[in-house]
Amino acid sequence: MQIYRSHILVCGGTGCVSGGSKDVIDEFQKELERRKLDKEVLVVHTGCHGMCELGPIVVVYPEGTFYCRVQKTDVAELVEEHIYKGRPVSRLMYAGSEEMPVVPHYKEIPFYSKQERIALANCGYINPDNIDEYIARRGYEGLGKVLSGMTPAQVIDEMKASGLRGRGGAGFPTGLKWSFCAASKGDKKYVICNADEGDPGAFMDRSILEGDPHCVIEGMMIGAYAMGADEGYIYCRAEYPLAIQRLKTAIAQAEEYGLLGQNIMGTDFSFTVHIKEGAGAFVCGEETALMASIEGRRGMPRPRPPFPANSGLWEKPSNINNVETWANVPRIMVNGAEWYSSMGTDKSKGTKVFALTGKVKHTGLVEVPMGITLREIIFDIGGGILDDKKFKAVQIGGPSGGCLTEDHLDAKVSYESLTALGAIMGSGGLVVMDETTCMVDVAKFFLTFVQKESCGKCPFCRIGTKRMLEILERITAGEGKMEDLDTLEQLALMVRTGSLCGLGQTAPNPVLTTLKYFRDEYVAHIKDKKCPAGACTALVKYSIDPAVCIGCTKCARNCPASCIAGEVKKPHVIDSEKCIRCGNCKEVCPVGAVSVE
Amino acid sequence: MAKIKSLDDLRKIRESTSDLSSARTGQGTVVVVGMGTCGIAAGAREIMNSIMAELARRGITDVAVQTTGCIGMCEKEPLVDVIRDGSRVTYGPVTPGDVATIVAEHVVNGRVVDSLAIGRAD
Ligand SMILES: Cc1cc2nc3c(=O)[nH]c(=O)nc-3n(C[C@H](O)[C@H](O)[C@H](O)COP(=O)(O)O)c2cc1C
Repeated sequence: MQIYRSHILVCGGTGCVSGGSKDVIDEFQKELERRKLDKEVLVVHTGCHGMCELGPIVVVYPEGTFYCRVQKTDVAELVEEHIYKGRPVSRLMYAGSEEMPVVPHYKEIPFYSKQERIALANCGYINPDNIDEYIARRGYEGLGKVLSGMTPAQVIDEMKASGLRGRGGAGFPTGLKWSFCAASKGDKKYVICNADEGDPGAFMDRSILEGDPHCVIEGMMIGAYAMGADEGYIYCRAEYPLAIQRLKTAIAQAEEYGLLGQNIMGTDFSFTVHIKEGAGAFVCGEETALMASIEGRRGMPRPRPPFPANSGLWEKPSNINNVETWANVPRIMVNGAEWYSSMGTDKSKGTKVFALTGKVKHTGLVEVPMGITLREIIFDIGGGILDDKKFKAVQIGGPSGGCLTEDHLDAKVSYESLTALGAIMGSGGLVVMDETTCMVDVAKFFLTFVQKESCGKCPFCRIGTKRMLEILERITAGEGKMEDLDTLEQLALMVRTGSLCGLGQTAPNPVLTTLKYFRDEYVAHIKDKKCPAGACTALVKYSIDPAVCIGCTKCARNCPASCIAGEVKKPHVIDSEKCIRCGNCKEVCPVGAVSVE
Repeated sequence: MAKIKSLDDLRKIRESTSDLSSARTGQGTVVVVGMGTCGIAAGAREIMNSIMAELARRGITDVAVQTTGCIGMCEKEPLVDVIRDGSRVTYGPVTPGDVATIVAEHVVNGRVVDSLAIGRAD
């Protein structure tokens, strides 16, 4: 086999691809060929490195040099300087703090130093389209170990001992769930991977599938062996074309090696897996709706019991787990339950992947041990708030979750502690908000989402969320009444108790947590007709301070509504009637004369 | 593609692909070739090619080969450093004919080639 002295890893995750990483790869190949280095340097596309905001990311090994925002035009210099002459290019390295202005190596970047990568172990490290790279990193060894020396019951015991809980949101203990399906009688059983990932802002599962598709397939196979299933489905939303393409390649390569199919590794165990593309309805992530959708029916939840373990896909015993849950399984089998359960808290073991987004410096994908504090995630890993503004809240758990405040920053991240605060772990969305975010507006945003995504089966969810949304729209338009707050709370309670599935049961959470922790903002909207964050356009007013204005005319020239009048070198005035509150004038004013309230 | 029929088959593939990951860990023995203008002018490219060929011939996959810029000893170029067991030995000027000796003696067996060594740092 060909030996390469250096490997250039270029991120091929969706974020970096849209930043131009495909061109970067082609350019590297061209440049290396031109310099006749293509036989000694390998260019590889990998999965997500997590630091999406600084992409396209390039890592050069063996040194492990980390380059950010690499463009096609940087490639010639990188090849000439780093690859050919051995002089790393500091201009493209991560810009650190004052003590360490450039940080050349991956592991030294604060974003990575607090992370613990298990589910993401291979993401950004291997070529997801090459099964050999997965095998080189102990891939399919967990399956081999299980098939050659463990009984199904032993596998389930190992899973129970690991303490792994479902990463799809509810946190149900995985080993226990498997034991139900294993105990269920039936000649045909299914395992299913839930890759619907519908939460706004979440992209954990997409990144795992794009960066390390084999680990999910291997996890499903181990589960299938433990539960007596021989067929699997991966339900992946069609909006994830790259993930689907990589899964297809992975399945084809595993089939070629005989790792999928009949009599795997010379045993009686056989397994085939299919991909089902979903149309991206949020409710289709709910397990019973998801199975209906695979069967070709309309995706609507049904009452449980019967649970999938007894009557699931085509009424056969089935087990459904989330992408990240499956991804952890091979690692637990290779390294043992004890290793896994040594990380995390008492009841929440291991790690959790979060998609860190919003007003934080380093948005991206992070995997952290359970028990870490929100402060560590947002400030140490995420680098704090964008433009050094003030932290206001963090929304955790997506539309089913809640908003937490400054007071909760030192709360430890675990299923129990987050639930106790009124939020949930959820699938891993973390949206950070600063002082310019209006919490009523945030509640409205999430409620609009669930309102649209409600399947309509339960009246409380269908109509209740609609009524709640109407109230929020009134409040943000300055037409709210104080009684509205009580009505909101009443409706919230009814929607929560009167809905069949998690969508309705949790839909009021964003409203309830903001009402609990940011009630004064609601009151300001209703009583003072003011939006303290200056975000609700109907309630803000722009004005120019005549004492500060220098009459440069910049605001007037940039006003799309032509509502600013004034002579050159004389104070200008905004016509509030015509103003559309776009904020352009405030942005362009060189002396800060425009204020908003 | 051969089928994987057992855990042993899987391990064999893993061994044959171990280079894929070892080149990305940066641990173990490191060989560094001076590729400053001085090194290139003195024939460092050829030395690099010989090193890669020699490692490939011997099937050595756990050695990292790196390049570096000028270190100031331009008249001794091409320079090759071997970092092994915590110490760094500099060889120069190295000819393509010396490469096999350095790889066999120092890289593989850990014996410094005194006749070619010009510096050592622990
Ligand atoms: C409205 C709704 C949407 C859901 N969306 C997802 C999803 O996108 N991905 C997911 O893994 N689980 C989702 N779930 C949870 C699943 O119903 C199920 O609990 C989960 O797939 C079980 O896997 P786990 O035990 O590995 O977490 C959703 C639940 C509800 C109620």
